[in-house]
Amino acid sequence: MTEKIGVYVCHCGSNIAGVVTVAEVSQWAGEELASEGVVISRDYKFMCSSLGQELIQKDIQEMGLTRVVVAACSPHLHEATFRTACKNAGLNPYLCELVSIREQDSWVHTDKEAATQKAKAIISGGVARVAHHESLEPLRVPIHPDTLVVGGGIAGIQAALEIADAGFHVYLVEKEPSIGGHMAQFDKTFPTLDCSACILTPKMVQVGSHPNITLLTWSEVTKVDGYVGSFAVTINKKARYVNTDTCTGCGICWEKCPKKVRDEVFEVGLGNRKAVYTPFPQAVPKYPVIDAPNCTYFIKGTCKACEKFCPTGAINFEQKDEEITIPVGNIILATGYDLFDAKRIPQYGYGRLENVFTSLEFERLSNAAGPTGGNIVLRDGKTVPKAVAIVHCVGSRDQNYNPYCSSICCMQSLKFAHLVHERTGAEVYNFYIDIRTPSKGYEEFYNRLLEEGTNFVRGKVAEISSVARVPEEQGKLVIQVEDTLIGKQRRIPVDMVILSTGIQARHDAKEVAKMFGISCSADNWYIERHPKLDPIATMTDGIYIAGCVQGPKDIPASVAQGAAAAARVLGKIQQKEISLEPVRATVNQEQCSGCRICNDLCPFNAILFHEETMVSEVNPALCQGCGTCVAGCPAGAISGTGFSNDQILSQINGLLLLRITDQEYA
Amino acid sequence: MTTKPKFAMYWAASCGGCEIAVLNIHEKILDVDANFEVVFWPVAMDAKYKDVEAMEDGSILLTLFNGGIRNDENEHIAKLLRQKSKILVAFGSCANEGCIPGLANFTPIQEIVDTAFSTLTTENPDNIRPQTTYAMPEGEIHIPTLYPILKTLDQVVDVDYYMPGCPPESHQIAAVIDLVIQVLQGKAELPPKGAVIGVGLSTVCDDCKRTRNIKKIKQFGRIQLQHSDPELCLLEQGIPCNGPATRQGCGALCPAAGAQCIGCYGPAEGVIDYGARLVAAFASVVDSNNPDEIDQIMDGLVDPAGQFYRFNLAGSLLKGSLTAIRSISK
Repeated sequence: MTEKIGVYVCHCGSNIAGVVTVAEVSQWAGEELASEGVVISRDYKFMCSSLGQELIQKDIQEMGLTRVVVAACSPHLHEATFRTACKNAGLNPYLCELVSIREQDSWVHTDKEAATQKAKAIISGGVARVAHHESLEPLRVPIHPDTLVVGGGIAGIQAALEIADAGFHVYLVEKEPSIGGHMAQFDKTFPTLDCSACILTPKMVQVGSHPNITLLTWSEVTKVDGYVGSFAVTINKKARYVNTDTCTGCGICWEKCPKKVRDEVFEVGLGNRKAVYTPFPQAVPKYPVIDAPNCTYFIKGTCKACEKFCPTGAINFEQKDEEITIPVGNIILATGYDLFDAKRIPQYGYGRLENVFTSLEFERLSNAAGPTGGNIVLRDGKTVPKAVAIVHCVGSRDQNYNPYCSSICCMQSLKFAHLVHERTGAEVYNFYIDIRTPSKGYEEFYNRLLEEGTNFVRGKVAEISSVARVPEEQGKLVIQVEDTLIGKQRRIPVDMVILSTGIQARHDAKEVAKMFGISCSADNWYIERHPKLDPIATMTDGIYIAGCVQGPKDIPASVAQGAAAAARVLGKIQQKEISLEPVRATVNQEQCSGCRICNDLCPFNAILFHEETMVSEVNPALCQGCGTCVAGCPAGAISGTGFSNDQILSQINGLLLLRITDQEYA
Repeated sequence: MTTKPKFAMYWAASCGGCEIAVLNIHEKILDVDANFEVVFWPVAMDAKYKDVEAMEDGSILLTLFNGGIRNDENEHIAKLLRQKSKILVAFGSCANEGCIPGLANFTPIQEIVDTAFSTLTTENPDNIRPQTTYAMPEGEIHIPTLYPILKTLDQVVDVDYYMPGCPPESHQIAAVIDLVIQVLQGKAELPPKGAVIGVGLSTVCDDCKRTRNIKKIKQFGRIQLQHSDPELCLLEQGIPCNGPATRQGCGALCPAAGAQCIGCYGPAEGVIDYGARLVAAFASVVDSNNPDEIDQIMDGLVDPAGQFYRFNLAGSLLKGSLTAIRSISK
């Protein structure tokens, strides 16, 4: 054995030492693993402390250690610490192996003796593995200073402004004709009840006029190539049929357009727009788009009213979709959420019972700029409701639909109750499972609602029906619910029902995630690098997430994430270049037969197939070292740095203590 | 007497196809005779074990050993030939990785014997089972004892070179014999010990002429049940072709003839468990994220053991089923 291996066993206070007899493990490693190259084995209270690190560094320098095994916590936490310690003592950081005897041992076992034996096995595996480690050098790549932000909702707007204000260029891509996102559809924001548009539109205007922001609305990302520092993003700019250089946004075109179209996006079907339109008066940019599938000219070949009346001749029916490719160094995804489809719960009658509304419909109904001018009326457009039911948790906290809490519904329901009460004087009933008001000022808002005289009924609504059982129910919507506080079934007749529909991941979240090379949770929310300590980075370097794309959250949290993602990107830009983990997959060109099994496997799109030579290749800067292709390659032609057959099999043999007990299977 | 170097070939648990493949090198066989003295080759010439036992250690230059180690006789001769040979080659799939006889490693030995002696077509009214020793008036006689599982040659003795294939292709055999002759004449050097010889560096796909695309499989099906496109990669058509995992050497004969590769050349270089590799590869290209649909697609592979371990079970990480490994022959 030529390697000189040092083993360092951490107590982690009582985290490890409370279950594992650390001193015994350390002594055992020094004696029993000496034949494997272990020349020193020590234990220490906190290996990650500077004193603990100095122990290792001193041994490297004085004893000439060539390999280090630290038995402590998960590599997620302290791998970087111990690698740096080794590096500072002159040992290549990748010759250090951190094995977990905390997460994988002391925290999951109570039998002290067995846990101690397991710690020995884990260390034996680490020692066997580390002998096969190689010195590696991190890859260094330059960072392009431009950033792509996808999604022009409040999170994306915030992120774009932070970066642009810091003096760096941002491309902001939005698939709708205007930025603003869901927030632009709301009337009031909880709990302060300030006007959503009043606080949002100044930011939208800033984005529209910022010299460092290239705003690409009515556009979608179609392809992402490259890697952190140098992505090449292809964007499809859908034809607007309006020349934005000459358009002044005067609005004559949509005034003169004879074609009315039901607005299913911004007005959620409650109102109309024209075939040439901006979604709302404060839209940014101010330029309209022509909705070609609904435009009379595109359908029948005649009309052109907009073109005739346009004072600057900005209408151009010949415009085509345009593809552009931009280089960026970092990407922030802020693509937001979809509303839960209330039709999935048939017993609530949405789509069947006229006066059952979704939360977003109510937002438009209560909005002064909305289809009713802010009058809260039934679907007939005139009748003011005398009693209104607000049903919480629609599609959320429900094993049949979305198991998670949508986090905003309680507060939005309270807001709705307040608005209904304030504007109509109607009797308001809130049907809730639990009231969740954890943020600043939220509980106070709840108390205010209690004082306003809103009725709170604790119970999950069973059914909303138009079938009357008694004369008072005639012509009403009847809420059938078990009031769990009084332990009785109740039937409450109302005129209007607002379903506080939950929020869920975008319908195309999965495809978008695949395009950007990041992963989704089971509910299709994008997965952050660490749920607590790194909520806005992803496992793919250079791709960040902000807002509801990461999980349900309210406006303040979305804004905070947008700003946080921007700060991370700015940090990267300032570094000018970054080092990448050298753990990468490589294809042995001679062994590769070009069978193409790996070609579609890479979640980071790092695999390239060369038609001429019929071999596949892994782009080392794109590769994140996940090992999917290594496992998938039937020819064993792809190997992962740090995960060679020798390393893995030695570790398994070590774990099984095969060489020590000399047992062989079969 | 002759001073030609000595050559031996032996068959343990095998079918005899490897011997045929050697003879199938046609007139090259004359080169073998011209350059070697054949001292032991049961299929081709008469010889007794005691003749081999009497030879000096290391006196045979080259031994091609085919067949797996199924009983104590196989093991005895393997060890004997190891002792007497300078170069011992694991020749053919059985000696390398167990091959078809190795598939019996899924079944406990007693069950194998019961099956063999009680089939419908076996006339065995007294339900007799073979005994390894039997007392005859002339004395006790013995037949070899079956082992619980079949082992590969290198699980029993040290092996110098590996030559896979079921059987190895004749042109590859001829090339290897040529090489050894050149080494004898000082014109070439032997490959490093432990090398796999008579093969290519890549896999069967490297020699396959069929068109290949990015693979997405919606359905697996047996080749005889469907009409296959003669130009397109068989695996892409849902025909479970083992080519991507199988060592190059045969020249992609089966896919060229319209049949899927069944993997007789064994795992590619660096692959430790052929079947596991192939399962991972096939699973990687199944085009579905719906667990029920995935089950349905995978059900198209009607014989997973035969598909993934037809040649490789004895040489795999598993080696066989636990019940077989722990079974005891009587």
